Amino acid sequence: MKGTHSAVFRDPRVWLLATFAGAFGIGALLIASTGGDPWLAYQALVQGAFGSGVALSETLVNATPLIFGGLAFALAARGGLFNIGIEGQLVLGGLVAGWIGSLPLGWPPFLHVPLSLGLAALAGGLWGLLPGILKARNGTHEVITTIMLNYLSFRLTAYLVGPSGPLRSGPLPATAPLVAAARLDPLWSGTRLSGGLLLALGLAAWVGFGLFRTRAGFRLRTVGSSPGAAQYAGISVSKVWIGAMVLSGAVAGIGGAIEVLGLHYRYYDQFSPGYGFTAIAVGLVGNNHPWGVVLAGLLFGALNNGATAMQTLANTPKDLVQILQALVIFSVAAVAGLTRERGGK
Amino acid sequence: MRQGIPAAVEMSGIVKRFGPVVANAGIDLRVEAGEIHALLGENGAGKSTLMAILYGLVSPDAGSIRIDGIPVRFRNPRDAVAAGLGMVHQHFMLIPRFSVAENIILGAEPQTGIHLNRRQVVAQVEALMRQQGLWVDPWAKVEDLPVGMQQRVELLKALYRGSRILILDEPTALLAPTEVEEFYQILRRLQANGQTILFITHKLQEVLTVSDRLTVIRQGRTVGSCASAEATPTQLAEMMVGRSVSLGGMVAPAAVGDPLLEVEQLLLRSQPTPESDTGYTKLGIQLQVRAGEIVGICGVEGNGQTELLELLMGLRRSPVGTVKLRGQDISRASLLERRRLGLRTIPPDRHRQGLVLNFSLLENLLLTHSEDPPLARRVRLNYALAQTVAQELLHRFDVRASSTRPPARTLSGGNQQKWIIARELWGDPCLLLAAQPTRGLDIGATEFVHARLQETRDRGCGILLISFDLDEILALSDRLLVLFQGQIAGSFSRGQVSRQTLGFLMSGGQP
Repeated sequence: MKGTHSAVFRDPRVWLLATFAGAFGIGALLIASTGGDPWLAYQALVQGAFGSGVALSETLVNATPLIFGGLAFALAARGGLFNIGIEGQLVLGGLVAGWIGSLPLGWPPFLHVPLSLGLAALAGGLWGLLPGILKARNGTHEVITTIMLNYLSFRLTAYLVGPSGPLRSGPLPATAPLVAAARLDPLWSGTRLSGGLLLALGLAAWVGFGLFRTRAGFRLRTVGSSPGAAQYAGISVSKVWIGAMVLSGAVAGIGGAIEVLGLHYRYYDQFSPGYGFTAIAVGLVGNNHPWGVVLAGLLFGALNNGATAMQTLANTPKDLVQILQALVIFSVAAVAGLTRERGGK
Repeated sequence: MRQGIPAAVEMSGIVKRFGPVVANAGIDLRVEAGEIHALLGENGAGKSTLMAILYGLVSPDAGSIRIDGIPVRFRNPRDAVAAGLGMVHQHFMLIPRFSVAENIILGAEPQTGIHLNRRQVVAQVEALMRQQGLWVDPWAKVEDLPVGMQQRVELLKALYRGSRILILDEPTALLAPTEVEEFYQILRRLQANGQTILFITHKLQEVLTVSDRLTVIRQGRTVGSCASAEATPTQLAEMMVGRSVSLGGMVAPAAVGDPLLEVEQLLLRSQPTPESDTGYTKLGIQLQVRAGEIVGICGVEGNGQTELLELLMGLRRSPVGTVKLRGQDISRASLLERRRLGLRTIPPDRHRQGLVLNFSLLENLLLTHSEDPPLARRVRLNYALAQTVAQELLHRFDVRASSTRPPARTLSGGNQQKWIIARELWGDPCLLLAAQPTRGLDIGATEFVHARLQETRDRGCGILLISFDLDEILALSDRLLVLFQGQIAGSFSRGQVSRQTLGFLMSGGQP
């Protein structure tokens, strides 16, 4: 009699749905308390996120960088590392892509695009290498070093496209526009959705295969779950840490590059509204599983995209969506805590 | 039983269910005033639940409790303390950074207003220590004290709260052999001071040494209760396990072959002593393990066991000396290279070193086989083959799990250890380093592990057994060595040495 009940209550998916409903419920109360109509607001949110082909494509555009960032976070997290430096790695990747993409090399797209992406990955990876080495050699906590490297990255990129920066072109704090060969054009005319989304999905599949089928992925997950057991099994914990940080940074760098090559067509200073930070939430909500990250990226992309419609159609402040996002993160964290508690030892 | 005087503790018909699991299925326990009573049972028999009920941590589904003949119903430990009960948990509940005196009074501070008078506190605590004959420096920080001393602090904590009935959960589990002796004396002194003592254990020898009477429980039921003087170890073991068990004893002599492991002049890093300010002891150690024998290393924790194990595994390097495996110098070989040559390890800490607790059993099989064929391919892991192997090992080693899917965390300690042994013995090792292979296991699981080790030995594998459990060393070792401060303090063949001599050597005595 008790068994079936407790089985239902122990299922994390049930909890997740319940807490999501709770999050939107609290959101509705907030909308109502500020004089708005929750029903209208949520209708606008859904309309804005999924209401038309263009709306849907914009949701996907919003989701793309979050999926890259979420995968970057998940890679580090599976190795037991908390990479807060995704934003810095992503911005740097964007800058490198913008710079390389603006060079008139005269190369065809199938060479120029991979070159830009590759160098962006390299830049992001280098930005991950340093905290990785410091962690492996000295035990310096990666949270501290990656936060610091974020600032370094922000200032460095701001300088490079700043008033007297070497990469500045024109009146805006930006690089020169991309040459045509470096652009990732929209998949469908009338939308802004580039092939970057496909790359993100491919990368998710690759990360999934890597983590759960390969030796390297096994080592990574072992170190992330139990450094002591890893050491006693002959796995080099420091190598794994360095590798995980480099990979994480590289994926973040590619994410930034995709934004530049497929959306803005040049690097603008502060082009990222904090994708790298939202990515942490995306990783956590997606349980650091590649497909979970894709779903969480879509959820957050839809929320971001729908927020605009909510503001214009229902006159609800856009900030409310951020509160909603916070409530979603909160509920996921609570569910994770609850199911862990109930799972017992 | 004494007539007229009510029992200090009388629990009858105690039932407690946790969901579908019945932890206590009607337990009766009677502890007379002023006696030392042992509660004996295997892991999972329901001892801890019963004590949690007695101490008010868990409320029973059925049954009644009387303290000194008066029916009680504790809603929380505070009620239990008020009734004169005190509990010392197996894992101490002390604050490491606080002083001894602060830990003792914590939660029962004598205070006027918000001011805590430290001198008055220390004076009070010192008076208590003198009265009970349990001395610990009240100003010392708990984190600086050895385990035995920390236990005294726990006892004093209970006494400070006016306890007359002490519940001790596996009190000797963490103690070194010399500390155990001292602990027994403390128990007798407390008894002389009028305390009633109820302690939980699964160590048979301990029960017979120190308790007046005992109660055995199995699978949530009381099996029996008797005076300790009337019981024998074999009989108790049978009561606990529910069938006849072998407690070591008859062992066929080793059919010893060629030397497998030869260690020369290996330096173990040990605690710096005045004589060796470099942190290295001056002399290296020398030992040999031959095919088909078990060589036991006994010693008190912290005398170089970890260093020895990690040096042999290849996790750390000695500046000098050599290690040879089957005649081949492996002093500079990595852990994986040594594994390829047939060296396997049962690590001392199965939760943090032997297993990844949230990995499935299947993945835990891969843990130490992920770098070599046949389970490892060039890039991928051969999960299909691993599944076949895991399924077969699960069956052969009688690991109680529904499949190879559940995380290792969900298994009992005994099954976890069986899985580690299954994994390490798979693929024909030639030398096994077994460190604390039965720590924390109950009799049934211990028996199983010992049988596997002996089987492995009989197949011609060499085993180096490192254990803090002297009984285990004596039961299994064909030869045994005493490790003291990073040095071999003695070397004996089976049956050549007494427990007393070993205990003496282990604590630094000269032969």
